[in-house]
Amino acid sequence: MTFSARTYLDFERPLAELDSKIDDLITLQDKDDSVDVGKEITQLRDKSDAQLATIYKALGPWEKTKVARHPQRPHFSQYAQRLLTDYVPLSGDRKFGDDDALLGGTANFRGRGVVVMGHEKGKDTDSRLKHNFGMANPEGYRKAVRLMELAERFSLPIISFVDTAGAYPGRGAEERGQAEAIARSIDAGLAARVPFISVISGEGGSGGAVAIATADHVMMLEHSIYSVISPEGCASILWRDSARAEDAAKAMKITAQDLKALGVIDQIIREPLGGAHRDVAAAVRTVGDHIESTLVRLSDMTAKELIVARRAKFLNIGRSLLT
Amino acid sequence: MNWLSKLTPPGVKNIFSKRDTPDNLWVKCPKSGEMVFHSDLIEALHVTPAGHHMRIGPDLRFSYTFDSGDFEQVAIPTVAQDPLKFKDDKKYTDRLKAARTKTGDRDAMSIGVGKVEGLDCVVLVQNFGFMGGSLGMAAGEGFITAAQTAIARKMPLIIFTAAGGARMQEGALSLMQMPRTTIAVQQLREAGLPYIVVLTDPTTGGVTASYAMLGDVHLAEPEALICFAGPRVIEQTIREKLPEGFQRSEYLKAKGMIDQVVARGELRETLGKLLSVLMRRPRDHDAVLKIA
Repeated sequence: MTFSARTYLDFERPLAELDSKIDDLITLQDKDDSVDVGKEITQLRDKSDAQLATIYKALGPWEKTKVARHPQRPHFSQYAQRLLTDYVPLSGDRKFGDDDALLGGTANFRGRGVVVMGHEKGKDTDSRLKHNFGMANPEGYRKAVRLMELAERFSLPIISFVDTAGAYPGRGAEERGQAEAIARSIDAGLAARVPFISVISGEGGSGGAVAIATADHVMMLEHSIYSVISPEGCASILWRDSARAEDAAKAMKITAQDLKALGVIDQIIREPLGGAHRDVAAAVRTVGDHIESTLVRLSDMTAKELIVARRAKFLNIGRSLLT
Repeated sequence: MNWLSKLTPPGVKNIFSKRDTPDNLWVKCPKSGEMVFHSDLIEALHVTPAGHHMRIGPDLRFSYTFDSGDFEQVAIPTVAQDPLKFKDDKKYTDRLKAARTKTGDRDAMSIGVGKVEGLDCVVLVQNFGFMGGSLGMAAGEGFITAAQTAIARKMPLIIFTAAGGARMQEGALSLMQMPRTTIAVQQLREAGLPYIVVLTDPTTGGVTASYAMLGDVHLAEPEALICFAGPRVIEQTIREKLPEGFQRSEYLKAKGMIDQVVARGELRETLGKLLSVLMRRPRDHDAVLKIA
């Protein structure tokens, strides 16, 4: 990807200027071999990297929300494409329909059979509409239950990728029992007698996220968020002003760092410098490495041990804060 | 419960206790606008002549549910208070304080153990009057405690749900109550004990999307709002008006999400019938309430 094709977030502006200068120099060099701007380019790149490191070290909850929602952040399809072989997408809830907002299927992951699932937001207007921006209807959660049961029947570990603003708040979703579908998915995930790993890769929005995140090991990418309601939603309820989302993002403690400290998640996965969207290949590889080592650890446990430990882990959330 | 409330019949207590007595003795029916005399309202279990089921807190609910109004209250373990140090226009701790003063309760869940038509049961009441009944760590712990009490005493669990959703002031710790309460439901199932959900107005958000939709049987009071996303959120999303009765009890029954819509006056009998079959024990047909 060339720098100019990149989407810059507002707090990345200083970087955009540097990068466009670098672009100009590269174009200049390509046009005319006699000009040697290699040194300038290296200098500017160093400066740009330093700037990037400074910006990303200081990201607040609201900036992280923007990074988590970055259109070029790796989505489920990229994880599936880069980490899986023999992936067969499975569709439908066998009750009403299919849901492209929540995808999944069987695959091999680094030599092991697994069941994978995840929210897919899409990457351009057409695919975003197709995937309903990653906001699942009841059919998505009922498909998730189907997949979890399939995993159990064939003793395959479950890997889920969470990336949703939340379950879809639509008329049809309500008519077809959105609440019941989410509740059943939480239930199935907690009851699954196989290793279950969740990666919160972007936005972990509310019930629609936790529906597929009741795992033995819940990991969050360094700049992803996980919250009970979107910052905008929280702001519009508390201040009747969704423009105060930044305040809400701060108040709700939605970052991986905060949630690790509160004991809500188990692990933080480092992202490449400047966020997962700057080096998708490296980001996906790192996530794969952590999934692999966790799978190795969990595969030693019996079904009973998994259930006991999973329940104890969730029941202990919050209690661990009592001093 | 203090010694006074133990000695006083619940009906009497309800009339005199600060938390349930309205400022004047006439209450306006939100449905018809009719003024109803307070003692008549108690007689009618807080159902107005127009059939409107008024929202009620744990004290009234217990006295409208248990035989002779007798029950034992079970304490809920304390939870970490305000771990996020949450503040909007007010501090979360101040909001909690105000809600505690208003209701006399520690949080939104109260547990009572008693009999319904002679059948022992644990009853959990979620109080919409306490910060919108919102599901936070204390309410989650309340649910878990109720389930564990039921398991320890081999009794069924009945919950009356009422909530505006999750307690935002506790962030993701509030969200985590969805899996935590679900674990408690699973433990009830493993113990072979019935878990009956009575959905009351309103039951929404993460509460509906966890324990409220995982019952062996789902009952609902008439015309209660029951949903995941609230009507306003949906109207904003789809930009159209929703039909009359959308997301109300009767609509959910038609959509297959609940088993029966039961008027408050008939709830005890329905619960008694269900429990006698599920628990294989005879009902006490002569058991009555003791109100006012």
